[in-house]
Amino acid sequence: MNGHSTKGIGKVIFSSSLGTLIEWYDFYIFGMLAKVISVQFFPDGNETAALLSTLAIFAAGFLVRPFGALVFGRLGDLIGRKYTFLLTLVLMGGSTFLIGLVPSYKAIGMAAPLLVLLLRLIQGLALGGEYGGAATYVAEHAPEGRRGYFTAWIQTTATLGLFVALGVIMLVKNNMSDAAFTAEWGGWRYPFWISILLVGVSIYIRLKMNESPVFAKLKAEKKTSVNPLKESFGHKANFKMVLLALFGAVMGQGVIWYTGQFYAQSFLENTVKIEFMQNREILLWAIGLATPFFLVFGALSDKIGRKWIMLTGMLLGVIFYRPIFGKLLKDSDAKEWMTKNEGMRYVEISGQKNPLIKTDTVKRNNETLQIIHTKGIWQLSEGIRFTETYADTTGQGIDGFSSWISKDKKHVYSDKILTSGLKWKFIGLIWIMIIFVTMVYGPVAAFLVELFPTKIRYTSMSLPYHIGNGVFGGLVPFIATLLSTTFTSDPLVGLWYPIGVAALCFVIGALYLNNKIDKNIND
Amino acid sequence: MNQLKRIMGIVWMIIAPVIIYFLVSGAVHNISSTGTKDINKPIPWIIIITIFTPIAIGLMIFGYYSLKGEFDKLPESSDELL
Repeated sequence: MNGHSTKGIGKVIFSSSLGTLIEWYDFYIFGMLAKVISVQFFPDGNETAALLSTLAIFAAGFLVRPFGALVFGRLGDLIGRKYTFLLTLVLMGGSTFLIGLVPSYKAIGMAAPLLVLLLRLIQGLALGGEYGGAATYVAEHAPEGRRGYFTAWIQTTATLGLFVALGVIMLVKNNMSDAAFTAEWGGWRYPFWISILLVGVSIYIRLKMNESPVFAKLKAEKKTSVNPLKESFGHKANFKMVLLALFGAVMGQGVIWYTGQFYAQSFLENTVKIEFMQNREILLWAIGLATPFFLVFGALSDKIGRKWIMLTGMLLGVIFYRPIFGKLLKDSDAKEWMTKNEGMRYVEISGQKNPLIKTDTVKRNNETLQIIHTKGIWQLSEGIRFTETYADTTGQGIDGFSSWISKDKKHVYSDKILTSGLKWKFIGLIWIMIIFVTMVYGPVAAFLVELFPTKIRYTSMSLPYHIGNGVFGGLVPFIATLLSTTFTSDPLVGLWYPIGVAALCFVIGALYLNNKIDKNIND
Repeated sequence: MNQLKRIMGIVWMIIAPVIIYFLVSGAVHNISSTGTKDINKPIPWIIIITIFTPIAIGLMIFGYYSLKGEFDKLPESSDELL
């Protein structure tokens, strides 16, 4: 694409974005179906299977993705963008489909978790190579002055991939019983099988595409890089820019992206304890309503520069994460609902109020302890519904005759279903956080493409991007658990990690980054 | 501004080893055979420390370059990068 012409750019964007969206979809469904995958392939009580499960979760995101960025980045700078990101699509689609075909641990023993681990690692490798190729390909077709807007289409794919993955899983789950969904060859496998259709279509479209004109010109002139890895990371001048891209932009972008989309979902599910389907509904609305803003901020970055839009998104995250997450927690406090609501109604389970689920008896230090578990479902007058699980540990005196005394009462409130008004308030709060994501993520592809020379662009931009997203972003849940285990009194303590990283990145970006748009990316 | 960039270079150089120290001490404190969370297992820590050590070294190098004034002026064209 030359000068200001936009002829054919729609086709380029569609074919690139569709493939990238499918790759994200493939990567997400594994995480979203982690519970059932764990039951089918990594059963409890088997230490080797547990080890393989941990490797599948951590190695795929943290080790293999950056490695994939190096492998496919190098390939993309040597043989071209088109064939490289076609290869990543084939690898991703093939491995996703095959995960759906692996028999369970019950059927083939240890071969099952080993195969799943291998296929998950291939997924991570492919994802590491896809993004840099797609972003570079679109940017090298985009006309001057509109690179931010056109590459922002690629930026929507990570969020839309999540949207499609959530939608497909909800659709399958809604159309069958829980037992049918979680059975050995049950509905949980359908999202994996669907992938092969999507990938087939995408491969067909991508095969019809031409090589990036900028790279084709370089190749015709025999000016392509001989050793992209050495030129990217061995040459001090370029390596400095790789470091600047990582610490001044994508490190903060990664944590904002992960916190807004994934940590928020996990927080609603595990800390706030919103009911499964309503939690997904909240996220789907928030994502759907926020996605157009990737394009808005991409286009705006063509006018005012990339730097301050990205940094503003980070700063807003730093300032507002704790108030927003705090609001989610406060507004869903079941204890407060119970004290405020006079018209609270108890929904009976098996015709019994507070039915006893089970009683465990344990002996400790010459003392007999009984743990009594009861469960109740409450319906409030305004329409809120939730489950209260109540465990009371009681102790009996050493003499064996004294009465049982309550020692430790624990109430857990879960499966909360919010009223329509409160649900929309939650959608609004999540939407705000995804808007921060669109600010940091919308312009970042154009920013990275403009930072590096054509001959080593794929390699140079892929590595910092996947370290930023995969490592810094992917660490959010791990560090959050670490912090909440260490500092138990603050339920929002886990947020200090993304806040800290985004703040650090903001300072580095503000000090060192340039807001100038590089008009010529053909060099 | 360039003076501030150079001074901050020292901060980045200090932060890097502090990150590695906290990761290693976090691993030592949390790895436990009785725990059930990911933070109690050795494998995630090994992977995270393995991947984070070169990143922290990268931050140190970034700080060093910054201190030496290498970021006082950013390149204007790709020719300056190759």
